[in-house]
Amino acid sequence: MSWITNFLTSSLGKKLVMSLTGLFLIIFLVVHLAGNLQLLFDDGGEAFNIYAHMMSTDPLISVVAYGLYFFILLHIVQGILIAFQNRGARKVKYAMSNRKSNTFASRNMMLLGLLIFFFLAVHMGDFWYKMKFTNELDMVTYAGYDAAVRDLYTRVNAAFQEWWIVLIYIIGLIALALHLWHGFQSAFQTLGLNHKKYTPIIQGLGKIYSIVIPIGFAIIPLYYFFVK
Amino acid sequence: MKLKLKIWRQKNQNSRGGFSNYTVEASPEMSFLEMLDVLNQQLIENKEEPVAFEHDCREGICGTCSMVINGQPHGPMGLTTTCQLHMRHYKDGDTIVIEPFRANSFPVIKDLVVDRASFDRIIEAGGFISVNTGQAPDGNTIPIEQDEAKKSFDAAACIGCGACVAACPNSSAMLFTAAKVAHLGHLPQGQVEQSKRVKRMIAQMDKEGFGNCSNTYACEAECPKGISVANIAKMNRAYFSAVVSTDEK
Ligand code: HEM
Ligand code: SF4
Ligand code: FES
Repeated sequence: MSWITNFLTSSLGKKLVMSLTGLFLIIFLVVHLAGNLQLLFDDGGEAFNIYAHMMSTDPLISVVAYGLYFFILLHIVQGILIAFQNRGARKVKYAMSNRKSNTFASRNMMLLGLLIFFFLAVHMGDFWYKMKFTNELDMVTYAGYDAAVRDLYTRVNAAFQEWWIVLIYIIGLIALALHLWHGFQSAFQTLGLNHKKYTPIIQGLGKIYSIVIPIGFAIIPLYYFFVK
Repeated sequence: MKLKLKIWRQKNQNSRGGFSNYTVEASPEMSFLEMLDVLNQQLIENKEEPVAFEHDCREGICGTCSMVINGQPHGPMGLTTTCQLHMRHYKDGDTIVIEPFRANSFPVIKDLVVDRASFDRIIEAGGFISVNTGQAPDGNTIPIEQDEAKKSFDAAACIGCGACVAACPNSSAMLFTAAKVAHLGHLPQGQVEQSKRVKRMIAQMDKEGFGNCSNTYACEAECPKGISVANIAKMNRAYFSAVVSTDEK
C-alpha cells in the first residue's frame, strides 16, 4: 500500500475525511440558507427564481455543486462505515451502561445522519431533480433579466402547502441541529484544534450555528404553510 | 450493610459466561475490593469458585483493578479507581452489577479479568525512547519549561487501566495512546522520535481492532486520572504532520 492509502484507511485518516467533508457542508449550509431566504421576499418569486437560474447555469457554481455531491456522498458512506466498525469493536455488550458521560447526539451520529439523508432525498427529489432533469416547471420571464427562467418558486410554494412535506423538513432540520450540536466542535477536535484559549469559542459558535441555521431553514416552510 | 451483587462469571476465554447473584455483608469503611474479598472468603468457605478480579497496588497507581460497576468503569466516583472506591458511597440493600471491561481488544480471560496486552503492544510499537536517557539526576540537567513539564506530567499520570476503552461507545483507545504520546512528546528526550512514534503507535492501535474516536469524550469523563481529550487533539495534529514528514509508509 502506498502511504496515501495507508493514511486514508487509518482511523485518523478516515476521521479527517469526516471532519473536512463535514466542515465543507457547514460552509455550504450558510450559503444555501442565504440564497433561500430570498423566498421570504414578497416579490412573487422573482429574486428567488433568478437566483436559482443563476445557480444552475453558472459553470463555476456547477463545479462547486459537483464537489458538494461528491463530498456529501463521501461523508455519508464513510460515516456509515465508521459507525458499523465502531459498533463491531464491542461484540459483547454491557448489561448496564451509564449514559451520562456522553450526549445523545454524539452517540447517535449515524441515526441523525440517516434522518438528514432521508430528508435530503425528499428535498432533492422535489426541487433539484425537477429543476434539472424534467420540464415540469413553467418558464417565466422578468423585466430586466434577459433569459427565461424556470419557476421553481411556484413548486416551492405548492410543496410547502402540504403538511407532510413541512413535517419531513422539520424532522430533518431537528436531526441536523442535533448532528451539528455534536459535529461542529467534533470536526475541530478531529483536526487537532483543541486549546483552552479557543475551544470554548468553537464550542459556543457550534451551539449557535446548530440552532440558528436549522431555525433559519425551518422558517421558510413554516412561513409558507401558516402565513402564505 | 447488606448488598446484593450481580457479578459476571466466566470460566475462561472460550466459555459463554453469565451473571450470578450473591449477597454480601460489608461495612462502609471497606474499599470495593475489600468487599469483594469478603465475598470471595465466603465463596471459598462454601467450596465455591471465588470471583477472579485483578488488583495489585490497591492505592490507585497500577491500573489493574478493571471492572465496570453499575455501568461505569471504576464505579460512580470521578477520578477514582475501583480500589480507591469505598463502600460508604453505597446504601444498605443496594444492588450492584459488576461486569468486566468490554471490548473485542480486551478479551475476558476469567470472570472480571480481561487481557489488556493490546495496550502493551501499542507501547511496544513506539511508546519509549530508544537511547539511554540516564538516571533521574541526568534528567534534571536538561532545563524544561514549567508548563511543558506539567503537560508531560499530567499525561504521564495515565496508569494504563483501560477505563477509557471500556467507557467509549466505540471501544476506542485514543485517550490512552494520546496520553502516552503526549507524555513523551512534551520532553526534549522524546521529541526526536515523536513523528515515528505517533505513526507506529496509531498503526498498532488500529491493528488491535479498537474503534475510531467519535469525540464523545466518555473517556475523559471516566478516566480515573483526569487525562484530557486535548491530548487526543495534539496527537491528531502530530499524526497528520508525521504522515507527510516521515519517510516510512
Ligand atoms: C448537511 C448535512 C451534514 C452536515 C453539515 C454534517 C456535518 C458533520 C460534522 C461536522 C461531523 C463531525 C466530523 C468529526 O467528528 O470530525 C459529522 C460527523 C458525522 N456525520 Fe455528518 N453531516 C451531514 C450529513 C450527514 C449525513 C447525511 C450522514 C449520513 C449517515 C452523516 C453521518 C455522520 C456520521 C456517522 C458522523 C460521525 C463520524 C464520527 O464520529 O466518526 N452526516 N457530520
Ligand atoms: S487515559 Fe485514563 S482511562 Fe485511559 S488508560 Fe490512561 S488512566 Fe486509564
Ligand atoms: S489496584 Fe492498582 S490502581 Fe487499583
